[in-house]
Parts: sequence; C-alpha cells; structure tokens
Amino acid sequence: MGEEVAEYQGAYKVSQGLLERFGPRRVIDTPISENGFAGLGVGAAMVGLRPIIEFMTFSFSLVAFDQVVNNAPNMYTMSGGQFNIPITFRGPNGPAHQLGATHSHATENFYASVPGPKICAPATPRDAKGLLKTAVRDNNPVLVLEAELLYSSKGMVEPPDEELLIPLGKAEVKREGSDVSIICYSQTVPLALKVAAQLEEEDISAEILDLRSIKPLDENSIFNSVRKTHRVVIVEQDHPFCGVGAEVCYRIQKNIFDELDAPILRVSQEDVPMPYNERLEHAVLPNADKLLAAVKKVCYA
Amino acid sequence: MTAVQPVEQRDEVEMLSLMLLIRRFEERASQQYQAQKIGGFCHLYIGQEAVVTGAVAAVRDDDYIITAYRDHAHALARGTSANACMAELFGKETGCSRGLGGSMHFFDKQHHMYGGHAIVAAHVPLAVGLAFAIKYRGEDRVTLCFFGDGAINQGSFHEALNLAALYKLPIVFICENNLFAMGTSVKRSTSLKQIVDRAEGYDIPGEIVDGMNFREVRDEVAEIVDSIRKESHPAFLEVRTYRYRGHSMSDPASYRTKQELEKYRLDDPITRLRAQLTREGKLTNEQFDQLDKQAKETVMAAVKFAEESPQPPLDKLYDYTYADGAMEPDRPPARGNSAGTVRGRAVSKCG
Repeated sequence: MGEEVAEYQGAYKVSQGLLERFGPRRVIDTPISENGFAGLGVGAAMVGLRPIIEFMTFSFSLVAFDQVVNNAPNMYTMSGGQFNIPITFRGPNGPAHQLGATHSHATENFYASVPGPKICAPATPRDAKGLLKTAVRDNNPVLVLEAELLYSSKGMVEPPDEELLIPLGKAEVKREGSDVSIICYSQTVPLALKVAAQLEEEDISAEILDLRSIKPLDENSIFNSVRKTHRVVIVEQDHPFCGVGAEVCYRIQKNIFDELDAPILRVSQEDVPMPYNERLEHAVLPNADKLLAAVKKVCYA
Repeated sequence: MTAVQPVEQRDEVEMLSLMLLIRRFEERASQQYQAQKIGGFCHLYIGQEAVVTGAVAAVRDDDYIITAYRDHAHALARGTSANACMAELFGKETGCSRGLGGSMHFFDKQHHMYGGHAIVAAHVPLAVGLAFAIKYRGEDRVTLCFFGDGAINQGSFHEALNLAALYKLPIVFICENNLFAMGTSVKRSTSLKQIVDRAEGYDIPGEIVDGMNFREVRDEVAEIVDSIRKESHPAFLEVRTYRYRGHSMSDPASYRTKQELEKYRLDDPITRLRAQLTREGKLTNEQFDQLDKQAKETVMAAVKFAEESPQPPLDKLYDYTYADGAMEPDRPPARGNSAGTVRGRAVSKCG
C-alpha cells in the first residue's frame, strides 16, 4: 500500500508487476496522505493483518512521523502486550542525486533512537530480498530502508523457489581484511568496497563490515572485526550529530576499548542541509576521498 | 466470528446501570487522583455517559471500538471490569494495560476495545485501518471511532475521512462534541457553523444527535450500523454533549460560565433515562437507588482491588517493547575488561 504502488507500478518500479500478480485487493494505491495510510496500516496490523506500507521516499515518512514513532512502536507497550504491530514500512532512504534538502533525508538515526521499531538497510539485491521477507514475517514494526541509488545495482540472488530469509541483526563481512575495519551500511557499502580496492594497492588490507541492520545492532560481528584489525572507520550516510556511527563507536569503546590501536573515526554527511548544487552535494556526502583519508589516519599511514 | 448479541435486546435498565457505573467510577477516580493515588493526566467523562453507552448499546460485541484519551467510559461500556480500569489508573499490573498505559491508554483486546489514544486525532487513521481489515476479510463488523471536537482540525482526521470514503470502509466516525477542545470553544477553533458539515466535504453521510439522550444516540447509531452492514460505507455523527468537569483534573474550566454548566446539568443523561424509564413504569425509585448503590459498591471494590494489586515487576521492563521477546539490552560482553588499563600499557596517572 502506498502512493503509485499499483497502477503506476511504483515510483521507482519496486512494485512493478505486483498489481497484475496479486490484484487490487492486496496492492493498493493511496492518495498523497502519508499520515493517513501509515496509520491505516498500523490499525490493520492491530487486528492481525501484515501490511507493507511504501513511502515513496523516507523523506516523506516525516509527514507520518507520528504514526511511525508514536503509534506503531508504542502500541505493544501501551497495551501491556495485547497489541503487537506486525507492519513493514519500506522505501528509499538517504540522499540520492541533487534532490535538495527536503528529499535527501537519511532517517535511520531518527528512527533508531526510538525504542520499538527494528531497522534494516540492505546494500545488495540479495540482502534487500532476504531482509524484506524477514521484515514482513516479524511481529513488530520493521523499517526497511532502501536506497534510490542502489535500485539499479545488480547481484546474485538465490532462485525464487529457494527460501531466502536474512535475519535482522546480523551484519555481514563483505570483504575480509586485517589492517582496518570499515563499518558501513546501505549506500556506503559500495563506497567502502571501492575504497578497499584502492587501499589494497597501497598495501592496506581493509575489512568491510556491512551492518545490514541498524537495530538490532550486531555487536558481536562488530567486535569480532575490531578484535582482528584494531582500527575502525565508520562510514555512514546520515548526519554526524547522534548518527548511527556515534552509537557504534560508543559500543566499541565501552566494550572492547583495549582492542583499539587508534581513535575511531567517522565519515558521514556534513552537518548542513543538503545543497542542490552538485559540487556542494558531493562535498556534503561521505565520499571516497574522505574515507581514504580517514583510513590512512587511523592506520597512521 | 464471535457470538452475536441482538441489539434490540440490550436492556435499558442495564444500560442505565452502566451509565451510573461510569459516573461513579469517574467521581471516585477524581477523588483518588486528588489523593495522589493516580498519576499523569486524567480526563473525566462525567456528563457524556449517554454517548458511549448509547453507541455500544447499538452494536455487537465483536464490533471494533477505538477512542481518544477520555477513554475510561469506553472500556467500561465495552465490558472491561471496573477493577481492571481502576488498577490501570493506579499503574498496577492487574490494570487493563498492565499499568503500562495509564489513564489515556486503556486497551482491552478481549472486548474489542482498541484504545485509548492520546495524540489528538492520531487514532482516526488507526480506526480506518481497523475498518480496512474488516472489509479486507469480508466480515460484517463495524468500527466505531470516537473523538472529540478538537480532533476535527487535525490533518490526520481529514486524511482518514478521505481514505474511509475512498475505500468505502465500514466505520462510524462519532464526534463527541462537548463544545471545548481543552479550553478553546468550537466557535474559536472551527470555521464551520456545525461540525457535521466536515463529513459532507468527503461525501460521507452525517447526522446531528442529542448526546444527552441515550435513546436518541442508540437509535441513530443502530440505524447507521444497520445500513453499513448491508453495504459497507463510512458515516459521521456529531453527538452534542457536555462534560461537567474541566478538560483534565488540572483544569478548573474557568473559560465557561456556571450558568452554562447548570443548563446542561438540568439535562443530565442519567436523570433523563431514569425519568423515561420511571414514566414508562420500567423502573421504580427504589430500583434506581439500588442500581446506584451497586455502582458505588463496585467502584469502591475496584479501588480496594487497585490498592492491593502488585506493581508491574521491574524485571519485566524489557518484556513489552518487542513482541517476540526482549531485544538484547546494551550490556558489556561476558569477557570483562580490567578498568584502568589500555592494551599493553598502564594508564599514566593524571595530574
């Protein structure tokens, strides 16, 4: 359910073919009323349906903030455990390309600071499928934060007849390495992989850990990687103040401080609203130059 | 589907005793609030009893109801025990929301009472979702969505009405117009001459109902619900009522006159139904006194029950955030770090 999901086949074609396959009873166009249809989903979930609500982008989910933050995750607690809300909110999240300040929000840190929702941010087609399926089956509100710039990416996925369920709260080492851990998710995964290839040429072996889920956070995988490399750079697509990296950083220093050989660095957006100008946008976003510089700094290279 | 209780057989004397229970419950809640047994905000329903009682008398037990924060009466009317309601106000584990919801967040799944929602109009989309599920599953239930006159100027209200009309959902929007959104009168908040006209903008049929008259509310709701069960559609009722107390316990209601309050008190919904029943020979004064005594006793017993009930246990704090068990809270790993040392080096003393 969402704007343009049925007859238009999805603003980004994510729901292409679903109307034909499942019919108008299950694939439902809505008016532009984010608060209304997000709330409708929560209400339907109260009596046991499992709605998938699409936000055309998560920047528009801010119009439905009250439903996503106040109604969906609070219901289970407020009702003393009587009403769980098995709902999935999904859609593209994070900056795309020259969309300006209102359409470039990376919302993961807003939502992660609220107790109740689970949050994942897939970076590959396989993860996108496996995490979405898990999200729909979860008995709690789950936010599946996709990325517009990754919609065109290609990758191996198990054949449709094979059940692909990727658990929430499990990170994945996308590349093994020994000198530094680059912790990333969503759009920063391909960025980190690109930088790791460049670092290889300079004899720096980077391990790429894709969080895949922001909440629950896979502490064990993070700690295991850090115990191996002793150096950490977190590259995230959100803002620096109270960003996802701040939480990761806190947990590492709190739990395995002894393992660190250098201060942890974070590469994120700059703390400014997103400018439209392409050159300025590039300067605001986490990019390869910033990530390379951060890695070299923690490696004292 | 659960057993159907024929609407016509709801006994009026029984409904009068429900109104008495609501009133005595709220009076006692007020007293217990002043005695600091109840925390947070507390919004009383005194004066509005005929609205929820009349509406509930017109529907089946398996129909859905959902309301805003002035919700004690809606739970009681649905069949939630006075014990569970009072215990919730006391924040006790035996409360209808296990003491985790409080006055504004009463829930009772068993009785199809879907809350208890404290952000004004935020539950109206939820109500539309309940109605959506009814239609999706091909059931003949109806959703009753209660809200105050303050809700009709919120965006979520408008979005929800449009969705309900667009998808032709089985829902009755019941605006309990008690003339004041907190301290702001309808005249100062709403551009319309009458609230019911909001419905017209969404092509939803609407009626004005005298909310101080139990029978009128019941008959109007019954008629609409009957029509909805035949063919799914939304409807809107502006039910004109009055709350005798302030918006919440902290509000002396100095924005209105004593004369206005007295005028409504003379039209009291309980007195009115009592008079109707007495006139028709269905109720004697003795019987009424007996009903009132019973209501008072039930509420006193509820206070005792709430007092004696246990607090929600501290060790269950993490159990009600996620439906499939507690997410691991942020704890240090089992392998302890010896504080004061850094790997391979001693920490130099400060100073």
